Amino acid sequence: MKTVTINPITRLEGHGKISIFLNDQGNVDNAYFQVPELRGFEKFCEGRAVEEMPDITSRICGVCPEAHHIASTKALDAVFHVEAPPAAKKLRELLYSAFFVADHITHFYILGGPDFVVGPKAPKSERNILGVIAKVGMDVGTSVIQHRSDALQVIATIGGKRIHPSCGVPGGVSKTITEEERTKIETIARSEVEFAQYTLKLFDEVVLKNQEYAGLIKSDVYSSKTYYMGTVDDQNRVNFYDGKIRVVDPEGREFAKFQASDYQQHISEHVEPWTYLKFPYLTKIGWRGLVGGKDSGIYKATPLARLNVAEGMATPSAETEYKRMFEMLGGKPVHSTLATHWARLIELLYASERMLELSKDPDITNTNVRNIPTHTPDEGVGAVEAPRGTLIHHYKTDPAGLVRAVNLIVATTNNHAAISMSIKRAAEGVIKNGEVSDGILNMVEMAFRAYDPCYACATHTLPGQMPLEVKIYSKDGAVLRNIRRP
Amino acid sequence: MTKSKVAFNWASSCGGCEIAIFELGTKLVELSNKIEIVFWPAIMDYKYSDLEAMPDGNIDVAFMNGAIQNSENEHVAKLLRAKSKLLVAFGTCAYMGGIPALANTTTRDEIFANSYKETPTTVNPEKTLPQTKVQAKEGELTIPEFYNTVKTLDQVVNVDYYVPGCPPVGEQVGKVITQLVDGPLPPKGTVLGASDRSLCYECKRVRNERRIGKIIRTHQTIPDTQKCLLEQGIICMGPATRGGCSAVCLDANMPCRGCYGPLPKAIDQGGKMLSALSSIFDAQSEEEIEKIAGEVVDPIGTFYRFSMAKSLMRRTKK
Amino acid sequence: MTESFEPKIVGFLCRWCSYAGADLAGTNRMKYPSNISSIRVNCSGRIDPNLVMKALALGADGVLIAGCHPGDCHYTNGNIKTLRRFKLLQKMLDQFGIERERVRLEWISAAEGEKYAQVARSMTEQVRSLGPLNWQRKVELTA
Repeated sequence: MKTVTINPITRLEGHGKISIFLNDQGNVDNAYFQVPELRGFEKFCEGRAVEEMPDITSRICGVCPEAHHIASTKALDAVFHVEAPPAAKKLRELLYSAFFVADHITHFYILGGPDFVVGPKAPKSERNILGVIAKVGMDVGTSVIQHRSDALQVIATIGGKRIHPSCGVPGGVSKTITEEERTKIETIARSEVEFAQYTLKLFDEVVLKNQEYAGLIKSDVYSSKTYYMGTVDDQNRVNFYDGKIRVVDPEGREFAKFQASDYQQHISEHVEPWTYLKFPYLTKIGWRGLVGGKDSGIYKATPLARLNVAEGMATPSAETEYKRMFEMLGGKPVHSTLATHWARLIELLYASERMLELSKDPDITNTNVRNIPTHTPDEGVGAVEAPRGTLIHHYKTDPAGLVRAVNLIVATTNNHAAISMSIKRAAEGVIKNGEVSDGILNMVEMAFRAYDPCYACATHTLPGQMPLEVKIYSKDGAVLRNIRRP
Repeated sequence: MTKSKVAFNWASSCGGCEIAIFELGTKLVELSNKIEIVFWPAIMDYKYSDLEAMPDGNIDVAFMNGAIQNSENEHVAKLLRAKSKLLVAFGTCAYMGGIPALANTTTRDEIFANSYKETPTTVNPEKTLPQTKVQAKEGELTIPEFYNTVKTLDQVVNVDYYVPGCPPVGEQVGKVITQLVDGPLPPKGTVLGASDRSLCYECKRVRNERRIGKIIRTHQTIPDTQKCLLEQGIICMGPATRGGCSAVCLDANMPCRGCYGPLPKAIDQGGKMLSALSSIFDAQSEEEIEKIAGEVVDPIGTFYRFSMAKSLMRRTKK
Repeated sequence: MTESFEPKIVGFLCRWCSYAGADLAGTNRMKYPSNISSIRVNCSGRIDPNLVMKALALGADGVLIAGCHPGDCHYTNGNIKTLRRFKLLQKMLDQFGIERERVRLEWISAAEGEKYAQVARSMTEQVRSLGPLNWQRKVELTA
């Protein structure tokens, strides 16, 4: 029995480690994906002024602060029973679209993409953005940097700061944009649309047309059948900012569709002792352990999940790409984990097209962007699609608006079970006869990278040490022995 | 010319400080002519074993962001300290605790109970709690121990420099990296990448006589876009906060929350702001004073939003 | 053991009123406990909340701030500023979990030797019954 540890996992947001146990033949007995970090947001936000929550929860994540900021702002709308004027909603969504553009570019070129552009088994020192630039050239590198930066500039125009913007208030946003600012945003949006199209072409040439990679995408090693979750508009098209949460089963049939405020009836969270992160699952199906299939409540909430759940994209070029992907991969739903990279780029295109649409809306420069709440605050839920999955903020306050309770279902957390399964599957698939190398271990890591995990997000909660109880589990998750020390 | 070896690492962090490094844009690629990045888990595949294998003092400058909240954070901070000639507390969390340090207003047990038993979606009838060591069927699994009290980087290791900001602003980051790589080095303990004067000096708003008759919370009003927010009764941490960020939150009509930390001579940012704010209350009688003080609904969360771990009291009593 | 616990109280006394009042208590040989270590400042308005918290963090079990009665401040309204700071500090110290009896603000004039003695007696007994604060130790122990 040999243990191989990948510590820390790299090229993602957050901390994690993978513990792989090999049997005497050198094949994988089991692989555990452990999340070692937590902060405690749900508890330490108690007692805070609720209107500060968008600013505080933004710091759950510095890669996707806007996701928390806007989910929190929408929760405030609900807590204060106030609706934002249309222009405010559009500004929020414009900021949000720019954020998706920046974040998805970051993931593809800097986090997950290098595995494909430079190669999964390329030397460690090259498997990163600097290696990508060395391979595809400085021009592309500059373009990546420029487009990211421009998207952040749009965020700063609406929200003040490029990282951790602050403009969300109950009933609206704190800042309007001028015609001059709008024009700049429109120019940037056009450029982002082109860049998204270029990126999809790059993906096509570097990944899809590469036999080895195309094989990986379709392979069983990186595949699992689960339920899928995402947010859709009233025409069942992907929407990041608002809509209803829809879940489809492993065969693609609608299983549930609900308002975010009803999330408690649909999502439950399971606890395991070897990781700080909880495992959300579909309440109505139940927890059956780390297994896939129709009888297990495990679901994925990722770009691929969103595309599986939806019936189309709301912008024309993205819709074309959407259809193309499903055609090439043999219909819906697609279970291939690595196809998430592809889905992500289709979302990049949608986000940039949506950015352009909103920037051309004449209402976007309207100065009426706030309704001051008059209702006593009490309780509310706000949800969005974060780049990494469905994100739900739920707050309860006292009548003075001080937070009494917080519950967060955070994007990457949704995927904890699916990622754990993907890691195990990948480890079983690529580690044989005790052969372990840096490149092989990287291929195990590729199984989580497709999800673009964000563990700062997922681990907003904080448990601690209770060193007096040890449970020993069988492989089906049943407790074999329970040892307690007084 | 040999390149300087640089490392970036994160503790209890949101990742914003890594993104802040990307704010250097193309400068980062230029810099790669002078620097070799030998460890950066967010962006590169070097593992802890690579760090452990390095000789001591191998790294010229290491930037560590994030607060110290668990045993892994502390262990890696000590490892990085040993392997580096210079260690920089990068970002507000490493410098003062940041938002994670708000956990110092509660306890590990409370957070524990909340997360694994009390939150409405948690289903845990066996009351399973994460353990630092678990004996699985196949082998032993470990996860770090969580600390009850969040610490700053310099509360666990010697720190050479500090760069405040949540996150530090782009242009400043570039200057700091270049300064530490090229030299000459500033005196040990210097706060880099920030102004020595308060944010008010960078804020574009017009200030007159600051006298507050009533505290207004940000959701209760649409503030005047030109006038000082504090004058309008909105609590803004500007007077007690270092400049360096160009007051961009104020451009979005939101008050400063103090993420750049205290001014050079202040031993505690929260106390300073409490003092500044209360000294401009327009209230004479005990009754008037009680009333307006009562309108500050969450003093600790307002004044120590980012600096709890570095405050005089460090945490609440539980 | 509260019987043998001698509270350490830091007293910030303004020179024009309270310090003189404390002096008077002394010269009149009034009986009061010696648990207050007095620090003379020009005005109670000098007292930065940070000084109060520093005293508590470094080992004080209580802090007394004493100034002139409203209207009598040598600097016109320094003591009103003290009152404003104190009220807000009190609210924040509640959140820190520090009992209100540990940090007190009193108006004591130069003629009020007896009042000073009374405050010293009552505060010492109140803090004694609360027990030692030991703030730094508590922070270390709960790490």
